[in-house]
This record gives sequence, structure tokens and C-alpha cells, in this order.
Amino acid sequence: MMDDIKLIEVKEEIFSDNKQLADGLRQRLARNKTYLLNVMASPGAGKTSLILRTIDLLKDDFSIGVIEADIDSMVDSKKVATHGVKAVQIRTGGFCHLDAAMVTKGLDAMDLGGLDLIIIENVGNLVCPAEFDTGAVKNTMILSVPEGDDKPLKYPLMFTVSQALIVNKVDYLKTEDFDMEALKNRALGLNPGLDIFEVSCKTGQGIDKWVDWLRKEVKAFVT
Amino acid sequence: MHELPVTESILNVVLKHARANGVKKVVAIHLEIGELSDLENEWIQRYFDYLSKNTLAEGAKLKIKRTPVVMECRSCETRFKVNIKDMFEIKCPKCGSSDCTMVSGKEYYIKSMEAV
Ligand SMILES: Nc1nc2c(ncn2[C@@H]2O[C@H](COP(=O)(O)OP(=O)(O)O)[C@@H](O)[C@H]2O)c(=O)[nH]1
Ligand SMILES: [Mg+2]
Ligand SMILES: [Zn+2]
Repeated sequence: MMDDIKLIEVKEEIFSDNKQLADGLRQRLARNKTYLLNVMASPGAGKTSLILRTIDLLKDDFSIGVIEADIDSMVDSKKVATHGVKAVQIRTGGFCHLDAAMVTKGLDAMDLGGLDLIIIENVGNLVCPAEFDTGAVKNTMILSVPEGDDKPLKYPLMFTVSQALIVNKVDYLKTEDFDMEALKNRALGLNPGLDIFEVSCKTGQGIDKWVDWLRKEVKAFVT
Repeated sequence: MHELPVTESILNVVLKHARANGVKKVVAIHLEIGELSDLENEWIQRYFDYLSKNTLAEGAKLKIKRTPVVMECRSCETRFKVNIKDMFEIKCPKCGSSDCTMVSGKEYYIKSMEAV
């Protein structure tokens, strides 16, 4: 005889485990007064360059740590360490994103105690990292000019989960066919609250405005 | 791209509920996934078939409902559906404001499952 099929209510988020872990992490970091920033972008968009520029302008104000998940193995964390901050490399084992569990491991490998700001360099990818809460206070995404102004159409989720958008490599604007106004309209259409910064990590243009934003954020959080 | 971790999470949640309900076998799983996610239904099923081997959920069919992107106007509170292709020029159909927030389209939800 056939067994009867019964319907069982589940009513759970697919990522409920990760979300719970991320919320717990956020609480722990808040108690410790440590601001966690998650930086996401395609490979080569300028995550490492931006983080290094940011550290140089903020290292006198805050004690800073970096969690590296870029798949280029140890290269990036060495680069970061030479700028005088603590860096931890996470082995993502080919994973396409960081999740809260991996970030927790990274934090456990650091001495959290005195840190005001921890920056995560997420895996180079515009899709998967957008789906996974890392426990960060804010998400920042970088779009570089050579990638094109149509990216909000292709990767809408990334633009909606970020609070700041950094348009990097504006030194290429003269040579690339890139419509900054169109990009801004598209990005703001998806996410009206987005703060947008135009920078060049090569020339340093615009970095100060971005760093001011982050400085304000961290100050408000740690005091 | 990230179908594998998504599928793992689905399986974990489903197995937890399967054990809690003492079922013999899960035959179907009802999911609601927002249109903003670019997950491929076919790949989720393939990964699921692979990961669920020798579990209570082996052979279960994933029934995926894609929930549309819905925005709400901040000035007049009108709610309206948006085609993903038009997401970069969002305008409230009633008052024309483009200051809108997303109320659905990003979900990743396991609604229910059928089991014996
Ligand atoms: N022209 C130009 N090149 C840049 C800029 N920012 C980064 N780059 C270069 O882009 C490449 C990738 O940068 P990187 O920071 O490693 O990107 P990541 O993969 O996102 O960490 C490197 O060769 C950088 O020197 C910029 O503003 N302008
Ligand atoms: Mg890098
Ligand atoms: Zn309106």
C-alpha cells in the first residue's frame, strides 16, 4: 500500500544558518566596538588597491585588520601586511564567496581586542558574495570603469545589498566608453540610498571622499 | 555559480525538518526564490540529486516558484512589479517618483516539503 504524502511546513530562509551566524558575529563585534566592512568586486576591479589606499589614510586614526579571501593565495595578505596592519588569509578552498563561518574563523585567527576596523576583501565575484551575509556592518562594492556602465543590469543583487559603490579606475574615463551618469542612474534606480564615490587608486583621485565616509562610519560606531 | 552552497543549505534545512517529523522519505520541496537571484533551476536540481544521495531526501523534486521583483514607492506607498530588465529606470506608476524600495525579489525561502 502507498503511504500517504503529507505536507510539512518548513518556512525557513535557505540561508537561515548563515544569517544567524552573521547576526551573532555582528553582535559580538558591536560589543567589542570593532567595525567590519565587507568589500566586494570582480577580480581585478581594485579591491586590494583600494584597501591599501584606505589603510594608508586611516592607520593613524584607527587600529586596522584585514581579512583576505582573494584566491590569489598569500600574495595579497603579504602586500597588506607591509602597510603595517594585521592581515589574515582565509583559504576559501575555491569557494566563490565568504560566508559568516569563514569570517568567524578569520576573526579567531586575529587578536580582536584592540581593533577598530576590520576590512574583508571578499572573493572576486559579483554574484555569490552578494547572497551571503558576512556579519559586516556595511557592504562596499567596487566597479571599475573597464567593466562597463551596464553592470547594474547584469548584477542587480550586488548593487542592492551594498551601501557604498566605488567606481574605480576613473583615470580610464577618457579612453573608455563609459557613461558615468547612466551608471549612477542605474545603480540608484536599484538602490536609492547608495553612496557613490568616483576614485582612482592609481592617481589617488577621490580617495579622500571615500575615506571620509568610512572614517565617519567607524568613528560613530566605536565611540 | 553558487548553486552548490545554496543546494547544500537547502538539503541541511530539509533534513533537519525531515528528522524532526520522523518522515521516511522526502518527495518534494517547495522553494520560493526571488527573480533577482540568477540561480538556474536546473542546476539546483542536479546538485541536489547529487548531494542528497543516501539521505532521506534522495530523489526529491525541487518545485521552485520565482517571486517577482516588487517595489514600493516611498512617497505614495504604491506597490508595483518590475521587470528585471527595467530595473535601472524605476518609476512609481502612480506618482512618477523614483524613490522606491524593494519589498520582494530577493527571497531564498523554503516554504514546505512533501514527505511520506
Ligand atoms: N589604471 C588603473 N589601474 C588600477 C586602478 N586600481 C587598481 N588598478 C590596477 O588593477 C589591477 C588589479 O588591482 P587589484 O587591486 O589587485 O584588484 P583586485 O583583484 O580587485 O584586488 C592592478 O594591476 C592594479 O594596479 C586604477 O584606479 N587605475
Ligand atoms: Mg585582490
Ligand atoms: Zn508614488
